[in-house]
Amino acid sequence: MIKGIFSQKKKYATVPPAEATSNLPTGIITKCPKCKKILYNKEINKNLKICTSCQHYFPMSAPERIDFLLDKDSFIEYDAQMISKNPLDFPQYTKKLKIDEKNTSLPEAIVTGQGTIKGYNTVIAVMDIRFRMGSMGSVVGEKITLAMERAVNKGLPFIIFTASGGARMQEGVISLMQMAKTSSAAKMLDLSGNLFISVMTSPTTGGVSASFASLGDYNFAEPGALIGFAGRRIIEQTIREELPKDFQTAEFLLEHGQLDRIISRHTMRDTLGDILSIHQGG
Amino acid sequence: MKSFLDFELPIIELKEKISDLTEFMRSKEIDLSDEVNKLEHKLQVLEKKIYKQMTPWDRVQVSRHHNRPTTLDYIEELFTDFLEMHGDRMYGDDPSIVGGIGRFNNRAVTIIGHQRGKDTKDNIYRNFGMPHPEGYRKALRLMKQAEKFHRPIITFIDTKGAYPGKAAEERGQSQAIANNLFEMAALSVPIISIVIGEGGSGGALGIGVCNHLHMLENSTYSVISPEGAAALLWKDASKAKRAAETMKITAYNLKKLGIVDEVIHEMKGGAHTDLKLQALAIREALKKSLTELNLLGKEELIKHRYDKYKKIGDFSFQQGFKEEKVLVLN
Repeated sequence: MIKGIFSQKKKYATVPPAEATSNLPTGIITKCPKCKKILYNKEINKNLKICTSCQHYFPMSAPERIDFLLDKDSFIEYDAQMISKNPLDFPQYTKKLKIDEKNTSLPEAIVTGQGTIKGYNTVIAVMDIRFRMGSMGSVVGEKITLAMERAVNKGLPFIIFTASGGARMQEGVISLMQMAKTSSAAKMLDLSGNLFISVMTSPTTGGVSASFASLGDYNFAEPGALIGFAGRRIIEQTIREELPKDFQTAEFLLEHGQLDRIISRHTMRDTLGDILSIHQGG
Repeated sequence: MKSFLDFELPIIELKEKISDLTEFMRSKEIDLSDEVNKLEHKLQVLEKKIYKQMTPWDRVQVSRHHNRPTTLDYIEELFTDFLEMHGDRMYGDDPSIVGGIGRFNNRAVTIIGHQRGKDTKDNIYRNFGMPHPEGYRKALRLMKQAEKFHRPIITFIDTKGAYPGKAAEERGQSQAIANNLFEMAALSVPIISIVIGEGGSGGALGIGVCNHLHMLENSTYSVISPEGAAALLWKDASKAKRAAETMKITAYNLKKLGIVDEVIHEMKGGAHTDLKLQALAIREALKKSLTELNLLGKEELIKHRYDKYKKIGDFSFQQGFKEEKVLVLN
């Protein structure tokens, strides 16, 4: 395990969001952006979307993640019909939403619901970077808040898999306020004594990392995930120096005391099951 | 540095003309007071027109004016017995956030705010009002203390954003801000936030989760700076003027969106033209807010705050969107 972390450190330079999106394996073959090997999608999919050659983590869609994490047929979706409006009349926004909806078959950048992991009931929320880079606007904020409120009412744990570039610019300050809204809901979850697990996947940045993503009782991350507040380029321009390669990776955060653990996809389901089991009966 | 902004140029020119004429009148001992009166009247009309028609970009300029009053200026005007408290008890003291205790109309309060510098040297010391994690942690420490002693919290928002630096990331900028939002949600005392200059994204919100949010007329509150938005949207930072309009960042825009409770009127030309009068306007808004929030008990204050944010958001429901469609699994 420890050895694995060290060997991965070098390999996982931060992946810029735009690149990450285009690297979603579609079609029959995919070139790994890390080791440049040509891989069969079938093979990558069988390996939980991890490069079979260099262990690079490809992004996972929300449906894929729900499928691999939850017990078969246990998932019941919440608020599946909620969609974004265009509160600022932002140019092109409505069109972009339609395109993403068409490409992803998702109505928004997050899927919420409840189901079981290894027999343990939980509320779960999974973000999807294919939709507007997973950014948080009104719908993402509202769905997370509603899911947390349901967890409180039902006395269930809340698990979130984050993947987001941050607040959604096209909804302006309304997006910013979703940070306060989701964090307030997380506080209510906390005061009610519910378990909250946050698993950060690549990328988790900006307004999402500075709100609910960092507020779990346990904050976990996938290996090599890009996690941070400000963008790398902005920091480099501000401080006028080059940043270390592993800056803002999950490993960097762990080293700086900001994560509880890094958990690989292969052990994710078991680990979450174990934690849910430990938290049974309070 | 010039003390007026580009959009004010016609006013400045007319003022110069009037003073030239008055000077001429005095030196030559000719009576031109009719002319002067006419021009004075014209000036009034012009000022009214220009300040009424300020574009979002004009307001951005005013909000960043180098003479714009800062948190410490307002603290001096609005509170008595203010005593600044330093440090987060963990790492250090961040001068870009100031905080402490004092009295407002004889009532004990805790005051916290972003602090920009007054000149270049001060700006370097204050890190241009852009906090590190220890700034947010200091703010939270003082807020928890306010709760313990049942003091209302008043925060002044005035930052371009949380500092985007290496050390800030290492010490957990995201974590510090997230934790403030989280803890502020459940504080059992009234929280009133006033945007006095720039409200830059998460760095502003980090001390801005409140029961009442007020904005000075020429302040802005935004998820990203106009320059940043322009660079991202149109790959051109020079289109900031257009972004300022598109992003709906002015006090009036946000009032319309239901995010701001009260827009506090500014003096002609902006808050910097008369600090004392501006402080008076803020005092009135604060008084009103405190009186209103005074009526709420501890639990009610927390619920009031929760509901305030709960209702922010704009969405609809798609008809006939099948759940199966979401779950196309392999």
